Amino acid sequence: MNFQTTIGLEVHVELKTNSKIYSPSPVDFGDQPNANTNVIDWGYPGVLPTLNKGVVRDGIMAGLALHAQIAHRMHFDRKNYFYPDNPKAYQITQSATPIAHDGWIEIEVDGKKKKIGIEEMHIEEDAGKNTHTSKYSYVDLNRQGTPLIEIVSKPDIASPEEAVAYLEALRQRIQFTGISDVKMEEGSMRVDTNISIRPVGSDQFGTKTEMKNINSFNYVRKALAFEEQRHQQVLMSGGHIAQETRRYDEPTGTTISMRTKEGADDYRYFPEPDLPPVEVSDEWIKEIEDEMPEMPGERRKHYVDDLGLSDYDAMVLTQTKEMSDFFEAAVKDGGDPKRVANYLMNDVNSYLNDKHIDLPDTKLTPANLAGMVKLIDDGTISSKMAKKVFKGILNGEEPSAYAKEHGLVQLSDPAQLQPIVDDVLANNAQSIEDFKNGKDRAVGYLMGQIMKQTRGKANPQVVTQLLMKSLKAK
Amino acid sequence: MDYYQTDLSQLHDDLVNKKISARELTKETFEHIKANEDDIKAFITLNEDAALKQAADIDQAGIAADQLVSGVPLAVKDNILTKGLKTTAASKMLENFNPVYDATVVEKLKAAGYINVGKTNLDEFAMGSSTENSAFFTTHNPWDLTRVPGGSSGGSAAAVAAGYVLGALGTDTGGSIRMPASFNGVVGMKPTYGRVSRWGIIAFGSSFDQVGWLTRTVKDNAYLTALIAGNDEHDTTSSLQAVPDWAANLNENTSVKGMKIAVPKEYYEDLNDDVKKVVKAALDHFESLGATVDEVSLPHTKYGVPAYYILASSEASSNLQRYDGIRYGFRAPDAKNLEEVYVKTRSEGFGEEVKRRIMLGTFSLSAGFYDAYFNKAAKVRRLIAQDFDKVFNDYDLIIGATGATTAFKIGAEIDDPKAMYMNDILTVPVNMAGLPAMSVPAGFSDKTGMPVGLQIIGKRFDEQSIYNAGYVFEQTTDCHKQAPKLGGQN
Amino acid sequence: MASKITKQQVAHVAELAKLEFSKDELGEFTTQLGSIIDMFEDLTEEHTEGVEPMTSATDRVNAMREDKAVKAPKEEVDALLKNAPDEDGGYIRVPVIIDESEDGE
Repeated sequence: MNFQTTIGLEVHVELKTNSKIYSPSPVDFGDQPNANTNVIDWGYPGVLPTLNKGVVRDGIMAGLALHAQIAHRMHFDRKNYFYPDNPKAYQITQSATPIAHDGWIEIEVDGKKKKIGIEEMHIEEDAGKNTHTSKYSYVDLNRQGTPLIEIVSKPDIASPEEAVAYLEALRQRIQFTGISDVKMEEGSMRVDTNISIRPVGSDQFGTKTEMKNINSFNYVRKALAFEEQRHQQVLMSGGHIAQETRRYDEPTGTTISMRTKEGADDYRYFPEPDLPPVEVSDEWIKEIEDEMPEMPGERRKHYVDDLGLSDYDAMVLTQTKEMSDFFEAAVKDGGDPKRVANYLMNDVNSYLNDKHIDLPDTKLTPANLAGMVKLIDDGTISSKMAKKVFKGILNGEEPSAYAKEHGLVQLSDPAQLQPIVDDVLANNAQSIEDFKNGKDRAVGYLMGQIMKQTRGKANPQVVTQLLMKSLKAK
Repeated sequence: MDYYQTDLSQLHDDLVNKKISARELTKETFEHIKANEDDIKAFITLNEDAALKQAADIDQAGIAADQLVSGVPLAVKDNILTKGLKTTAASKMLENFNPVYDATVVEKLKAAGYINVGKTNLDEFAMGSSTENSAFFTTHNPWDLTRVPGGSSGGSAAAVAAGYVLGALGTDTGGSIRMPASFNGVVGMKPTYGRVSRWGIIAFGSSFDQVGWLTRTVKDNAYLTALIAGNDEHDTTSSLQAVPDWAANLNENTSVKGMKIAVPKEYYEDLNDDVKKVVKAALDHFESLGATVDEVSLPHTKYGVPAYYILASSEASSNLQRYDGIRYGFRAPDAKNLEEVYVKTRSEGFGEEVKRRIMLGTFSLSAGFYDAYFNKAAKVRRLIAQDFDKVFNDYDLIIGATGATTAFKIGAEIDDPKAMYMNDILTVPVNMAGLPAMSVPAGFSDKTGMPVGLQIIGKRFDEQSIYNAGYVFEQTTDCHKQAPKLGGQN
Repeated sequence: MASKITKQQVAHVAELAKLEFSKDELGEFTTQLGSIIDMFEDLTEEHTEGVEPMTSATDRVNAMREDKAVKAPKEEVDALLKNAPDEDGGYIRVPVIIDESEDGE
């Protein structure tokens, strides 16, 4: 029997706002435990939430980035459940009126393009953190109230590969809006999955199993592939799939059933009475649209059409917003687009890979990279010198000052170079003779002699010009 | 100091003119309270030492000439947070709870220089109509110690009726200010929803809760309510509407002439005869003062109690989930794991009525029942609000009784929750619609001798019309001048 | 009218609300809740098709706060920790969580 697979993804994205979604506490959980909490975050008697306008704005921007319809009127709902990291024992979220719905993103797998629908996206609060030991759990509420957007896909994803492509496209688009770091390893992007299979042609979905909080794209692919296989084997052998939550076990590459309590997940949603409704005007949407940074697709088109880059280069440069922003800033600072692109894609990328760091972790600035590229283009430094200057600018050095200080400046002044050319010619009469007899190799030899005398600092282009002129005059 | 013989502005003059110092006044206040408190039990916590010190400080700094409450002792219901002064909500759950912040209303009172006498008794988490649901003790009605003071702001109402203070803060979710005001022969105003900040009020039914005052006089009430009203950035449901100086409009020129008063038959027909008699006389009195009084209908009134108990209990079930033994308050001492912390703490920490409401609310929201209960009740709430809107298209005020009966005997209804809930039939529709309403003393039952309250309901944010009518009624009748005989009445 | 709620349902609701009742209490509660729920049933008489549910009485819309961070003073955090029934090294401490099926959302 042939099966078709249906995958659903729920992605939580943490927003980079200054303050929490319902309290003015700072969004910063790398601090001492509970240092960034107040009475609201603790769910004290008598406290009330206040809605952060920045979160609504970011939610609208995310909706626009994912081609979704923005809700013109929305309210918040309470989702009730007890847990130590959930101080009010309810989460304020959006259930009935999500901030945006019916969006899509385009993915490409094996050269085939496909649109994946987005059911809805809503804004809500994150929980605190529990740390467990054998006897106690320790609760830190710093993360409590951090704004999240949850993005729920439509059942359009048909394979683990498409799931990963969807996640990559989603991450890229969200990252380009600038509202989140979207880093799985840091928890600012979290993925819950569900998967079911059914016989090809059947119009009824199979029973689905869920997996929560898988912490890398690679594991998402592996976990879904394992589940897909497992479902097939169970169904082929006449069994049935239990609707349950499973956990991906990294060491064995398998999934394991988790104990679930029967009927424990009755969240008793109802409208949050402490927050008035929000109405979103067309003007506000337009304003946010205008503020929205260019998306990767638009940027790629600009790089190819206006800056003369290849499709491939444009794609590599728009992989992350950091790289793309850096590239654009360097071009704006006067760096030749192709040369800047080459440096970023080769030297810079291999440096980052070697060190396992990201662009913002270095001292490299767009201005300094552009400065170095300009020094190459105007002949101040050679490509060979540029390798040394590059090391300097990685450490935050200003390129022309660095080049001067380290004697990495080419001799390009004809007035200084002509006497050296004359001197070399005077001592190599045989080579002049050879040149006249059409032996081009002679030029190379003479060039070498001149470079030797200048200890490699002569600008080869200027020297070639001077040399040819002198030779022809002989 | 005899609080029956004075009011805020008189007392203020005495303080400013140094006829009495704030410290003397506070000292006398506590003497009077302590002489009667064994009988009445209005307070959970008395704040004597701090109050006397505060009064001395105010004497030293001088009474603020533009603040009527400067140096005036007042009381606060114990579900309103007072920083550094324990706030219990009359629950074992918060028996030793020490708030780390002040409610906005308390902050405003502090800024105006009030003296906090103490925290008054209530039904646990404000759930009840008699204070019998307090985890600590029942407050007794100063007019008859064998009777309840009403609830949930029973301690505040009794404190005013007993002449302990000129005013006490209450909260009203379904009648918790007006009903005890009626039972104790005092003035009790529930302002429009959103008029007063809820920041620092221990939440019961968030879409219903409002803070207000129980006072001896209408004018004091108008002044004190204006003092605590207004938008608060901590409460985004609090209105941006400007707060008028209601008290300034209450004077010898205030009149009800030409005022159009509607009397819903539903607020009149099923009253006990003794109550009906008093209400009838009051309505006749308004007519004699030149108001027109017509009978109207609020057809959905009968659904008020069931719809209210579904919605308020649903909100309460969620609001009270935070009392889980983890971050503050009571934690069951013998809980060995998390589940036990939750279940034992909540089962031991909450009283029976609170558990009943939590169960009702949880049930009404649970899977499979939401549409039939919560959502249905929310739709009925809309119909109730529309009933009022229709009447207010043609009338200035709606007037009826506050309660169908006078204060009942302690223990008479505590075992019949349904009967207890029906006491709220005339007060809950107002909370459903978010309207302002005040109970003013209208007279006494010829059967029980207990006070009867007249409920005056206004349009949203039109507290002024209510105060005007209440003031004129008070000034042209004498029932508010009567005081209970304290001490040895039984 | 016969009560619409059973002992099993009451037990289930108690579990959701994290409350426990003895057998006797459960029976008593079932009767009491049943009688109150019967009163709720009165609402079914009223036709409410097309009526918009009313879940708030506020006159506010778009009441939002600007995205500005305000850190609570250290004294406030200290006072919060002091109020916790059990605290250790700045964390709120609770007895071990046995049931691991539910994780924070």
